[in-house]
Amino acid sequence: MNAFKNLISQLWKSPSGRIGLILVALFSLLALGAPLLSPYDPIKQNLLLKSSPPSISHLFGTDLFGRDILSRLLYGARVSMGIGLGSAFLAVFLGSAVGLSAGFLRGGIDTFLMRIVDLLLGFPKFFILLLVVGLGSPSIWLTATVLGALSWMEIARVVRGEVVLIREMNYVKAATALGLSPMNIAMRYVLPNVSGSIIVSATLLVGTMILVEASLSYLGFGVQPPDASWGTIMNQGRIDPLGTWWISASAGSAIFLSLIGFNLLGDSLRDVLDPRTENSQS
Amino acid sequence: MLAYSIRRLITALLTLFLGVSLTFFVIRLAPGDPTDRFLTPSMSPKVKAAITEKLGLNEPLPIQYMTWVKNVIIDFDFGDSFANGRKASTVIMDALPYTLLLSTLSLLFGLLLGTVSGVYSALRVGTPVDRAITSILMFFYSVPSFWLGLILLGIFSIELNWLPGSQITSIFHERLSFFGKIGDYAAHLILPVLTLGLTTAPVYGRFVRSSMVEVLNSDFIVSARARGLSERKIVFNYGLRNALLPLISILGTSFPALFSGAVIVEVIYSLPGMGRVMVDAALGRDYPIIMAASAVAFVAVIIGNFLADIGYAVADPRVRLGDSS
Repeated sequence: MNAFKNLISQLWKSPSGRIGLILVALFSLLALGAPLLSPYDPIKQNLLLKSSPPSISHLFGTDLFGRDILSRLLYGARVSMGIGLGSAFLAVFLGSAVGLSAGFLRGGIDTFLMRIVDLLLGFPKFFILLLVVGLGSPSIWLTATVLGALSWMEIARVVRGEVVLIREMNYVKAATALGLSPMNIAMRYVLPNVSGSIIVSATLLVGTMILVEASLSYLGFGVQPPDASWGTIMNQGRIDPLGTWWISASAGSAIFLSLIGFNLLGDSLRDVLDPRTENSQS
Repeated sequence: MLAYSIRRLITALLTLFLGVSLTFFVIRLAPGDPTDRFLTPSMSPKVKAAITEKLGLNEPLPIQYMTWVKNVIIDFDFGDSFANGRKASTVIMDALPYTLLLSTLSLLFGLLLGTVSGVYSALRVGTPVDRAITSILMFFYSVPSFWLGLILLGIFSIELNWLPGSQITSIFHERLSFFGKIGDYAAHLILPVLTLGLTTAPVYGRFVRSSMVEVLNSDFIVSARARGLSERKIVFNYGLRNALLPLISILGTSFPALFSGAVIVEVIYSLPGMGRVMVDAALGRDYPIIMAASAVAFVAVIIGNFLADIGYAVADPRVRLGDSS
C-alpha cells in the first residue's frame, strides 16, 4: 500500500501524470456511478424529442431516437471501459505468462512459444476482429475476450526480452544455488522485476483496446443493443455530421479524453517505473 | 542468410496457410446465413435449398474447404461474390490499388511529419517548443481517426465546400484531361490522407523523439562534441543515423495498423477501397470475398514484417539475421 502511495505521489509530480491520473479516475467514477448520475433511462426512446440539440434538460442533446446522450455516454463508459480493461487484463495475463515461461525456461519451450508469437503477429488483427465480432453479434464478454486473445503477443515479447536479462543476474543464480524451485524463483525474483514494464504496457493497452472497440462499433460491428459503447453512440452521428454535430462531438470527446488519460498515465508510469528511459524525460 | 531466408519463407507460408484456413472455418461456424440476402419471407424452403446448393454450401465443411483450397492453389480462383457474381479476385484487385495508394501516401506523410517533429523536439528537449510538440503529438496520438475524419469532413467539405468529401472521383471525371484527372484524384485524397497521416505521425514522432534524445546523450555524441565537431555534423551524421535506425523495425510492424486505419478512413470518405469491400462482405456473409480479402490482409502483414527484418539487417550491420537471441 505504501508503494502504491509512493507511486501516485511520483506520478502527481509531472503535469502529464496528473492529467492522466485525474482523467482515468474521473472516467472510472463516471462508469461506476452511471446509474446514480444518469438523468434519464439510456435506452428509453422519446420520438418527440429525436435529434434535439443540447439544452438544459438534455445537456448533450438527444440521439436519432430521442434518447438522452449524456445518460447513454455514462452507461457507454461501462461498456467501453469494461471492454478496454477486461481485454487488456486478459492480454497482460497471457502475454506475461508466455513471456515469463519463454524467457525463464529458454531452450525448446522458448523457441516454440516465440514461434507461436511470430505466427500470431502475422495475423491481420483488425480484419479478424471485424470478422469475429461482425459475424458473431457479440456480447461484451465475447468482444473483450477476442480483443484480449489477439493482443497479448507484443507484451509477451517485451516480458521475454527483460526476463532473458534478469535470469542471468547474480541474485537469480544465488536463488538457484540455494535450491529454490524454478517456479518459486520466477514468481518471487523475476516477475517483480518485470512488473514495471507490464504495468506500463497494460495501461497503454487499455487505451488501445478502447480505441479498437470504438472503431469496430463505429463501423457497426460492435456490441449489440441494448448495450451501447461510445463507438456505437458515435455511429449515429455519421448520418448527418453537421446537422447532429452534438452526437459525434460528445461521444468523440469521451473516447478522446479517456484515451488521453490512459496514454498520459502510461507514459508517466514508464518515466517513473523504467529508469532506462530517464533521458527522454523532459 | 540463405538459410534464414528459407526458414523465413516457410514461416510466412505457414502463417498464410494456417491463418486463411482458420478464417475459413471461423466465418462458416459464425452465425448468419449468406442465402438470407436472396430470400423474402414468402419464398418456399425449396428456393433456399436450391440457392444453398448452387452456392456449394450444402456440402460438408471439410469438403467445401478442400474444394476451396484446390481451386485457389490450382487455378488461383477464389470463387464468385455471392452479392453480385463478380469474381472475388476481380473485386479485390479493383479495390486494392486505392487502399495501397491511400496507405502509401499516408505513410509517407505521417513518416515525414513524425520524423521532422520528433527530431526537432529532441533537439530542443525540455524547452517550451519541445513540450508544445509533445503535447500536439499526444493529441493526435489519442484522437480516434474516425472522429478526426468526421471533423475534417464537416469543416472542409460540408461547411466550407473546399474539398470533396466522398468517392475518389468527381461525376465529371471522365471529361477531364489527363492532368485534370490526376488533380481530381488528388483533391479527393487530401482529406483521407490528412486523416490517416495525422493519426499515424505521432506513432513515429514519439518514437523518433525518445530515440534521438537517447542517442544525443550517448557517449559517442559527447565525445564528438568534445572533439569540436560542428553541431550540424553531429546531429545529421551521427545523431540521425543512429536514431532513425530503430524506426525501420517499427515501420514494418506498423503496416497492419496502417491497413486497419485505411479501412476506417475509407468508410468515412466512401472510398472504393478494401475497407468498403471488407465491411460489406462481412455484413453480407459474402464468403468468397471474405476469404480473398483475408488472404490479401495476411499477405500484407507478412510482407510488412519481412521488410522490417530485412530493412533492419541492411541498415545495421551488427544485426545478424537468424541469430535467435
